[in-house]
Amino acid sequence: MLTLDAVTYRYAGAPRPSLLEVSLELREGEVLGVVGASEAGKTTLCLVVSGLAPRTVGGTLSGRILLDGEEIGPLPIHALAARIGIAFASPATQLSGVAGTVYEEIAFGPMNLGLPRAEIIERTERAMASLRVEALAARDPERLSGGQQQLVAIAGLLAMRPSHLVLDEPTAQLDPAGTTLVAEALARLAQDGASILITEHKTDLLAAICSRVVALEAGRAALSGAAGEVLDDPRLAELGVAAPSRVRLVRSARSADLPTKAIERLAEVLV
Amino acid sequence: MPSLTLDSVVHVYSRGEVRALDGIDLQIGAGELVALIGQNGSGKTTLVRHLNGLLRPTTGRVLLDGADLARHTVAQLARSVGLVFQDPASQIFAGSVRAEVEFGPRNLGMGGAGLREAVDEALAAVGLESEGRTNPYDLGSSRQKLLALASVLAMRTPILILDEPTTGQDLRGVATVRGVIGDAHAAGRTVIAISHDMEFVASTFDRVIVMRAGTLILDGPPASVFAEPAWEALRSTYLEPTLAARAGARLGLGSTPTDASLIDALRQEPQPS
Repeated sequence: MLTLDAVTYRYAGAPRPSLLEVSLELREGEVLGVVGASEAGKTTLCLVVSGLAPRTVGGTLSGRILLDGEEIGPLPIHALAARIGIAFASPATQLSGVAGTVYEEIAFGPMNLGLPRAEIIERTERAMASLRVEALAARDPERLSGGQQQLVAIAGLLAMRPSHLVLDEPTAQLDPAGTTLVAEALARLAQDGASILITEHKTDLLAAICSRVVALEAGRAALSGAAGEVLDDPRLAELGVAAPSRVRLVRSARSADLPTKAIERLAEVLV
Repeated sequence: MPSLTLDSVVHVYSRGEVRALDGIDLQIGAGELVALIGQNGSGKTTLVRHLNGLLRPTTGRVLLDGADLARHTVAQLARSVGLVFQDPASQIFAGSVRAEVEFGPRNLGMGGAGLREAVDEALAAVGLESEGRTNPYDLGSSRQKLLALASVLAMRTPILILDEPTTGQDLRGVATVRGVIGDAHAAGRTVIAISHDMEFVASTFDRVIVMRAGTLILDGPPASVFAEPAWEALRSTYLEPTLAARAGARLGLGSTPTDASLIDALRQEPQPS
């Protein structure tokens, strides 16, 4: 479990904080979605929650961040890295740069955890299978398409089996099938007890896997609650967030003055 | 206005692992509004990089206005084809937003009032008009992408190619990109965009081309590419028709690729009395 208690964070030299009094709880087995306009604080939240800010990027933080009840500030980074996995929107920042093949890239994390060889192999192969990248195993990670690299980076993260995952727009470059695979893999991990925080513009994905959603506006948590309620909230558009397709379609049908019968039939086929 | 032709284009990357393009025949006329969709790794980016000479076919030819691209100079190509990369970091380098946008048109020989006007217009089109003095690296990644778009817009090329322009954009960013594409099309420019967002594709483009493993498997207007008879081909490459298309088919309303077309079809449906 991860808890943020009134967290305010300001980048070094920034005129105002990028996060303002954010409190949230990420429970065991839960997928928490974070939405918001560009520059509302989504990436900053990921950096702060995973302990990378202020530790590696500087800046000042107030409030408390607790990992299973323990303040993360004093924890050494290697201890944090084993418990909180993070994936960035751009796979280029994520790939190790030292692996010659996709297989080695995915095995890199478990190897660094010092696991026995058999377990490294088992985890690597399972992670590859869950994101269907087995066919890429012998390829050079640097020579894959952007979307393939993103899948490989996420597979590497899955292979580390962290108890907490922080994912910043993990499907940004993925095709619809890759997006679905990632969503399914995350839902399975949560079922096995992992706590997952994910930022996304794709609210269809969040509607499918999140129990709760937080909407950020200029660093503050403007909306927060059950995923269904927040994603159906008409204020989401003012916050720069697209409603899930289903919500949007029903809403446009209502505002188009269609006969009630037609709206009912539409709602029926959308279930 | 130039047209683009690909004539049996094959592309094999140097190590010869994959035929990234496997015999592409394609013609895109001047002023067309084209979306290119398909799985990751299906060859979309490789294909568009052939259109501005960044990549050369292993075999086959790419023609601009009937003339082999291999015979165009870099300067001629730069004047004709603008390509916005998927990742703005591979494009951005200047010390200020304005300098970044000025670079391209300046290299094409523009200067003075003409240059100023082209840059102002491009910055305004993406909503960065008040950020001229900002360091590009101080912008968030989504605005960096819009900046990369502006720098190509400012070159006023008759052909505009966008590689996943809506990725990472919020609601307003997507509307901005849609506006830029609409304006370019209205001005008679050819627009070709790669996208994974089916709703965006269906509601923005006139022609949709679907790629699978280096080949073209579907090519037509959204109403035919997202119509039920095409679903099997779409799904063969793990693409799903839009929600509106699926709902329209289930309601027996024919092909309704967009929310708007579905709502129109519902409105025109005879009401049971």
